[in-house]
Amino acid sequence: MAEKKIMLGNEAIARGVYEAGVKVSAAYPGTPSTEISENIVKYDEIYAEWSPNEKVAMEVAIGASISGVRAMASMKHVGVNVASDPLYTASYTGVGGGLVLVAADDPGLYSSQNEQDTRCVARAAQVPVLEPSDSQEAKDFVKFAFEMSEKYDTPVIVRTTTRLSHSQGTVILEEREEVPDKKYERDISKFVMMPAMAKGRHVYVEKRMEAMAADGSSFPVNRAEYKDTSIGFITSGIPYQYVKEVFPDASVLKLGMVHPLPKKMIEEFASKVDKLYIFEELEPVIEEQVKSWGISAIGKEIFTRQGEYSANMLRRVILSENQEAQPAEVPARPPILCPGCPHRSVFTVLKKLKIHAAGDIGCYTLGAVAPLSVIDTTICMGASISSLHGMEKAKGKEYIKDWVAVIGDSTFMHTGVNSLMNMVYNQGSGTVIIVDNSTTGMTGHQDHAATGKTLKGEIVPAISIYHFCKAIGIEHVVEVNAFDLPMLEKTIKEETARDAVSVIITKSPCVLLKGNVFPDVCAPIPEKCKKCGACLKPGCPALTRKEDGSIAIDATMCNGCGLCMQLCPFDAIGKEPKSC
Amino acid sequence: MITKSIMIVGVGGQGTLLTSRILGGITQEAGYDVKLSEVHGMAQRGGSVVTFVRYGEKVAEPIVEEGQADVLIAFERLEALRYAHFLKKDGVLIINDWRIDPITVVTGVAEYPENVIEDLGKKHKVYTINAMEEAIRIGNAKAFNVIVLGMAAKHMDFSKEDWLKVIEKTVPSKTVEINKKAFLLGYGD
Repeated sequence: MAEKKIMLGNEAIARGVYEAGVKVSAAYPGTPSTEISENIVKYDEIYAEWSPNEKVAMEVAIGASISGVRAMASMKHVGVNVASDPLYTASYTGVGGGLVLVAADDPGLYSSQNEQDTRCVARAAQVPVLEPSDSQEAKDFVKFAFEMSEKYDTPVIVRTTTRLSHSQGTVILEEREEVPDKKYERDISKFVMMPAMAKGRHVYVEKRMEAMAADGSSFPVNRAEYKDTSIGFITSGIPYQYVKEVFPDASVLKLGMVHPLPKKMIEEFASKVDKLYIFEELEPVIEEQVKSWGISAIGKEIFTRQGEYSANMLRRVILSENQEAQPAEVPARPPILCPGCPHRSVFTVLKKLKIHAAGDIGCYTLGAVAPLSVIDTTICMGASISSLHGMEKAKGKEYIKDWVAVIGDSTFMHTGVNSLMNMVYNQGSGTVIIVDNSTTGMTGHQDHAATGKTLKGEIVPAISIYHFCKAIGIEHVVEVNAFDLPMLEKTIKEETARDAVSVIITKSPCVLLKGNVFPDVCAPIPEKCKKCGACLKPGCPALTRKEDGSIAIDATMCNGCGLCMQLCPFDAIGKEPKSC
Repeated sequence: MITKSIMIVGVGGQGTLLTSRILGGITQEAGYDVKLSEVHGMAQRGGSVVTFVRYGEKVAEPIVEEGQADVLIAFERLEALRYAHFLKKDGVLIINDWRIDPITVVTGVAEYPENVIEDLGKKHKVYTINAMEEAIRIGNAKAFNVIVLGMAAKHMDFSKEDWLKVIEKTVPSKTVEINKKAFLLGYGD
């Protein structure tokens, strides 16, 4: 009997990559895509890497494909923006060995800065998109994507969403298919995209998309389930499950390929059902095309473009059922920096000095909210440094004297390096704080070029951020222990006052990394406590004020960083050994 | 069999993912179709987190919605209150009697509600345990979530032996003994 396993959507994607005989995988971590690479790395047959950013990852995969092997890249939706330059042109070149991009969208914004829909990118890039509905399909569709890629000479996007990537379901495991490498032959009309060649390839791209649209009606991933024909749904991905939950007897056209659309199949389905709904999360990508063919359907008139869908949403909107119990009014619990997080220490000093920060993408984005309230802006990976530079060029050197850019080590290696080079080249004078916690924290601790370890776990020379900054000509580069408050304060004052680019690298590993750096926990000394509340200001979740106004420290949460000890003016906090 | 819906709620970092893996394992062991849905990423940093588990003959939707949960396992009191409306009328609520102040309470923007367990007990079948204290007593604070799971297991249809077998398969090998002990403590055996 075939082996069955419960797998996370992302784990199933990785399994599909393995079974499809893929040899090269490249990615940059980003929720909800990260676990794809973390599972691919378990298969010794596949070379897998963390690239510094998604554009690099995409290009690594393209190169591997040109050389003749099956290759893939994976990333979150906003990563696709970074990778879009190579993606749009790989659409023209087509492939050698099969080439698949797994793009993970985040409807509902569980861990992202926007809610964009990768299908829109795919339409613009003229690349087909497959969208699975559960873990089993995630594996199967990845394998089909590689077949399609080679048959139609195109990169293929497999689109997942947070709900699919982070749901587990049963998967039947199969053997790995050993796919022979395609023979590489020099062909500049295909692989050198200068105008004359690209014109020819553009013609091919259009033909290819038409061929897939026509053939799509018989693709196994597209399926018409005819039952009661008084009501019909066109749907795909996770929303398909909500339709099946609420309308088990309705007719459903389940689209596994959401771009290009199988027109013939859709027209036939539409002609057989009385009332047609199009149920798709985020943008009306299917709906607008179907309606443009003169088919009448109900879609975004009643279903929102925002957030994640649910079965209750269908019950509410179509069946007018409002059976939901009312939630109790409870205090919100937004995410916060962990107890012992070195970012909290840096933000405590910035707050004291009343400095604004142009922020970036990572755990430190949480420094925007109370009580730290230090980060003023967050746009995208790397934008802290370049947007600070823009402010200076708009308003002058004096304007940014009470500003810094705050960026993490992994984000700095991702795209921050380009922004910093620009600051040097165009004679900026900003101060950049690289909060170096030796990992990619928010996504769950992935290595990068400056940590000295690869995705495969090999120990390699770590790129020195300090020496990199020096090498591009920055004279003032200072490394400071992130928990040394007096030194941090002195350094930040000095460097922001300077009329030249400066970099402060604050160092202390993420407290969640293995090998905890602090052996003891903090403990209040009640007889010394004057109840002033200075220790509470940075908002460490391990500290609370008791009813009598004195301080309690939850020993099960405290990581012993000692920030509260440093802030206490009365030495009323000490350390004691961890109990267990 | 009608699909059963279980929810695990808590504060990011409390180990809801491990508990859901054990739950997934036991439903599969029993031969059911199962879907679990988890929260990764930013919310794991001390935010409110929820995991859904649904099992039965054939499961479509991977999430549990309002008014549908058979069992709600809460690792923290305030989170029990936040998600109690997800319970069915006769659903069971298991609460770890433990308080973690959200940042909104720490900064004084909101107040931590009083009498959470008493109020919930008026509407739902509530079982509570201070699993954190118990876990510290048996030597590992981190095992508290398996104590709570043990208590919830009493309200599900799997045998004690199967639970222990799945725990053995799921948790890291050096924590098998402490986790089994924790489970039995919650199970009341």
